[in-house]
Amino acid sequence: MIKRISSVLLAPAIAILTSVIVASLALIVSGHSPLAALRAMIEYVATTDSLVTILNRAAPLYVVALGVAIGFKMNLFNIGADGQYRLAALIAAGASSAFSLPRVLHITAVILIAIIVGALWALIPGVLKVTRNVNEVISTIMLNYVATGLSAYLLVNYLRNESLPNVAETKTVPESAQLPSLNGFIENFGFHFPRLTVLNGFLPIAILVGILFYLLIWRTRFGFDLRITGASPAAARSSGVSPKGMIIKTIMISGGLAGLAATGFLLTDFTKYNETFPLGLPFTGIAVALLGRNHPGGIAVAAFAWMGIEQASRGLLPEKIPPEISKILLGTLLISSVISFEVVRRRNLTQTIKQAAGAIPGGRSSSDPPHVGSTSAGAPA
Amino acid sequence: MNTLTARFLTLNSWQRALVAGALGLFALSITRIVAGADDLTSGNTLIATLATAAPIIAVALGGLFSERSGVANIGLEGMMVLGTWFAAFAGWQWGPWAALAGGAFGGMLGGLMHALATVTFGVDQIVSGVAINFIAPGVARFLSSEIFVGEGANKEGTISSSPNITDAMGRFSVPGLADGLKSIDDKRWFFVSDVAGVLRAFVDQMAWSTLIILLLIPISIYVLWRTPFGLRLRSVGEKPSAAESLGVGVYRLKYISVAISGALAGLGGAWLVVNVRQYGEGQTAGRGFLGLAALIFGNWQPIGVALGALLFSYGISLQQAVGTKPIKALYLFIAAAFLGLCLFMVFGRKSKRGALMLAVVAGGLYAYYLNTDEVASQIVYMTPYIIVLVVITFASSRSRPPAAVGIPWRRGQSG
Repeated sequence: MIKRISSVLLAPAIAILTSVIVASLALIVSGHSPLAALRAMIEYVATTDSLVTILNRAAPLYVVALGVAIGFKMNLFNIGADGQYRLAALIAAGASSAFSLPRVLHITAVILIAIIVGALWALIPGVLKVTRNVNEVISTIMLNYVATGLSAYLLVNYLRNESLPNVAETKTVPESAQLPSLNGFIENFGFHFPRLTVLNGFLPIAILVGILFYLLIWRTRFGFDLRITGASPAAARSSGVSPKGMIIKTIMISGGLAGLAATGFLLTDFTKYNETFPLGLPFTGIAVALLGRNHPGGIAVAAFAWMGIEQASRGLLPEKIPPEISKILLGTLLISSVISFEVVRRRNLTQTIKQAAGAIPGGRSSSDPPHVGSTSAGAPA
Repeated sequence: MNTLTARFLTLNSWQRALVAGALGLFALSITRIVAGADDLTSGNTLIATLATAAPIIAVALGGLFSERSGVANIGLEGMMVLGTWFAAFAGWQWGPWAALAGGAFGGMLGGLMHALATVTFGVDQIVSGVAINFIAPGVARFLSSEIFVGEGANKEGTISSSPNITDAMGRFSVPGLADGLKSIDDKRWFFVSDVAGVLRAFVDQMAWSTLIILLLIPISIYVLWRTPFGLRLRSVGEKPSAAESLGVGVYRLKYISVAISGALAGLGGAWLVVNVRQYGEGQTAGRGFLGLAALIFGNWQPIGVALGALLFSYGISLQQAVGTKPIKALYLFIAAAFLGLCLFMVFGRKSKRGALMLAVVAGGLYAYYLNTDEVASQIVYMTPYIIVLVVITFASSRSRPPAAVGIPWRRGQSG
């Protein structure tokens, strides 16, 4: 057990150490003290307000990263979360004020619209891949640009708030479609929030999606097929799994989650779609999915840590330390973790093979050899 | 018809590009007369096209080197970003020529990082590329905050922009030829003026930086197809184990080619910086990805890659140089092209469904052409990317990437 835990934690430990060293060196070279930076960051982040902000931002990030991860699970690189998220945010925002329903139904309807828009936009690269064998990396990158143009077109011509002639933004999402805050619920337990600190209602949705993700991947036939297809497409095909069907289903779930993530901001802090809407989120989601090893638990940690570091870096400004150091820290963390995961994976694989020569390595556990980057098969051509 | 196709296929790639280009120009020439949109092929549009294309060609050639050695490179965008920052630094310190070298150096750093992850450690190539696209803007922003803020003659350096490069990169015009071609170009005669416009784009007011990138096309062809190094590099991209068994240092070759790839991407970034004499955050605006698309469009062949980059750039610069009106004419052109392709498929007994689809798309575009006064700028923005998607969709069955691209390869591994 201890051995298993240590082999799981070894790679992240190496990665964290490397990135902290690199960031410290960058600070020292530029004439700042890493220790002062660390102190400022911890002091800034260790407040209720900061922690709530992190949770509010990490929840949508978590959902979009799960969407990317489900694709990675079968070597499907959905770089298109950006476009799926963007269109879902815009269309859900525009649609939300077009009808009115009782609160629960209204929220559900808007969320469903966002999921459907995301899934349908993701369907395009899926269909192109299964019918014309178009590499999804390229088609999703192109579709991101198309989505950028299309959303600008739709916003200006159809979904704009017409009472504001010179501003390109949608109407505000009606109150009845906004997710309630969790403050009231949590204060029942005797905890009191500082003034103006609001814990958004998207958090339970994100947790629920994480649990469903786990059950789907490791407790259903679909999840089994998906993991087989990722590990060895040939084995999957010979055991009767239709790769085309799997691609279509998986990419639509991936896009649907990107769409759902958009409502995490749209129905809470950003109640309209305009240029301030946090559109960079899916890009970060790819990184977080990689950091979290495509596992719902790992991604939760990664999403929280990512937003935590970003939030903490705001505490550097008063100390005259450039907050951009967080970008160096996160960037090195990302590359050093993908490297150390790969190195540790290969080391574990060699050990397993040595220990059980002749037996087939594998079996499901949280220390599963990662499917992304497997040396044998399934790399995208 | 079939004999013509057969004749076309016996030509070498230069001749094919020439024939295809001439046919395309002829068709565009007809379109501009029919649609009354003279700017569709004017020298100014083509000069802008060439300028837009230069950085994309550089990046795409970068992708070519990397992928020909079997390393998929979606980190080109990030390498280009590093190129822009280092170009701006070198340019600010030592002038525009140093900027080009600095950009190549910065991009090469990104390339080496990609090589370290994918070749030495065997990380999945797409994953590593994504990571590099992440790191590069962060590094550039951090470096700007440390080095650029408050610098420059007018204190124009900020966290998201560099001090200005004082000197501009020189431009050259071939005396006599440039003016002569311009006067023919300005007459707007059918086809003749269009040919003159194309030629003029190459001899009138061309920046030296653009010329260097254009020269990289024949240089790449020479290096990859006419030298032992190129042969080894390509063999590594097709069948690394076979190459290894013949004594080729697979890791070393991959390192060199990915470093070249980064340097070329960085040079593309440097071109952008030299062009406006300043670095800006987000300056690359996805050109690295467009370069990647050009690479696939060009089927991993240098001339095809350059043609792809020119085609995308044509769409982009039409909008920027002369507004959205000629784009409308372009829709007519694309509709006609699709109709032609559809007829070809019907007579060539190709897939009926594909032909029907093409006919529907062509009809839709024609209807749009008839019913629209001016194409919305957002639609214009989307057009080049849709063209890429459509082309890749129809060309994917004929595309032939290097066989080993994307597959992590370990020393001593069979297969």
